[in-house]
Amino acid sequence: MMELIAQPWPWYVGGALVAFIMLLLIVLGKTFGFSSNFRTICAALGAGKSVSFFKYDWKAQKWNLLFLAGTVIGGYIGAYWLSDVQVPDVSSATIQDLRNLGFRSVGTTYAPPEIFDSLSVRNVLILLVGGLLVGFGTRYAGGCTSGHAITGLSSLQLPSLIAVIGFFIGGLLMVHVLFPLIFQ
Amino acid sequence: MKNIIVLLLGTLFGVVMFKAEAASWFRIYEMFKFQSFHMYGFIGTALFIGVIGVQLIKRKKLKDIDGQPIEMPPKEKGIPRYLIGGTLFGMGWALIGACPGPMFVMLGTGLFTMGIAIFGAILGTYIYGLIRHHLPH
Repeated sequence: MMELIAQPWPWYVGGALVAFIMLLLIVLGKTFGFSSNFRTICAALGAGKSVSFFKYDWKAQKWNLLFLAGTVIGGYIGAYWLSDVQVPDVSSATIQDLRNLGFRSVGTTYAPPEIFDSLSVRNVLILLVGGLLVGFGTRYAGGCTSGHAITGLSSLQLPSLIAVIGFFIGGLLMVHVLFPLIFQ
Repeated sequence: MKNIIVLLLGTLFGVVMFKAEAASWFRIYEMFKFQSFHMYGFIGTALFIGVIGVQLIKRKKLKDIDGQPIEMPPKEKGIPRYLIGGTLFGMGWALIGACPGPMFVMLGTGLFTMGIAIFGAILGTYIYGLIRHHLPH
């Protein structure tokens, strides 16, 4: 059993468990939406004093910060207790494409050291700009993958479908058009 | 009690996202290149079960754990905010290979440089709050 858990989990196990988590949160009277935490953090840091968007009862969202804390713990447990060294078995086409972009680590690590290990000016900019886009974009769109792609689509909401189409327009644009310019 | 359940659900979420590789930069790249079924299968399975589960909750008019009727407030109507906001988010998701949940999953795995992206996301959220009245919604 432990050996099975230590293997990479197939997509159907991952997807099923995420749905299960979303449904349990609903039964607990909560709505699954991870990016709301960024707004809560801004509010908790006192952003409500200067910007009305952050002036609300953020303490009612404390449960979500607890969920966030669990996510960090889960990452640790997944990586150190439930894995030897997990390397995603990505397709050979992906390996080829990423090698051409200069990612020699593809097929040997979970996350590319080319972005996350050396703190070059380029990498700090990538992480900062990527983070800014995620924070700004999720709040503008009113949700991220959990709030729109999972919760919103599960309750058949048209706005969530539009948002998910946007996610893909942005992702495709980044990977197909901008990556060749960023990574040479 | 409820807090403990939420913390445990968050922990399970973190484990699942790591073990099923939805938190891997490489898997996100692969998804946007349409080179594997993995991420589509992941999201598709979640939706298949999610749609059925939510329909059951609605049809049976289930109550939540506090005995309150379960309500799922509809999202505000509109197109620009979802399309533009969604596109910006999608660009960030592909660039750092992590949506908000996995950013914290990876932090937990010891990938501390992800903290820069988390700082950026908090700042990005603040900037949105600052200028949102000037944006089409």
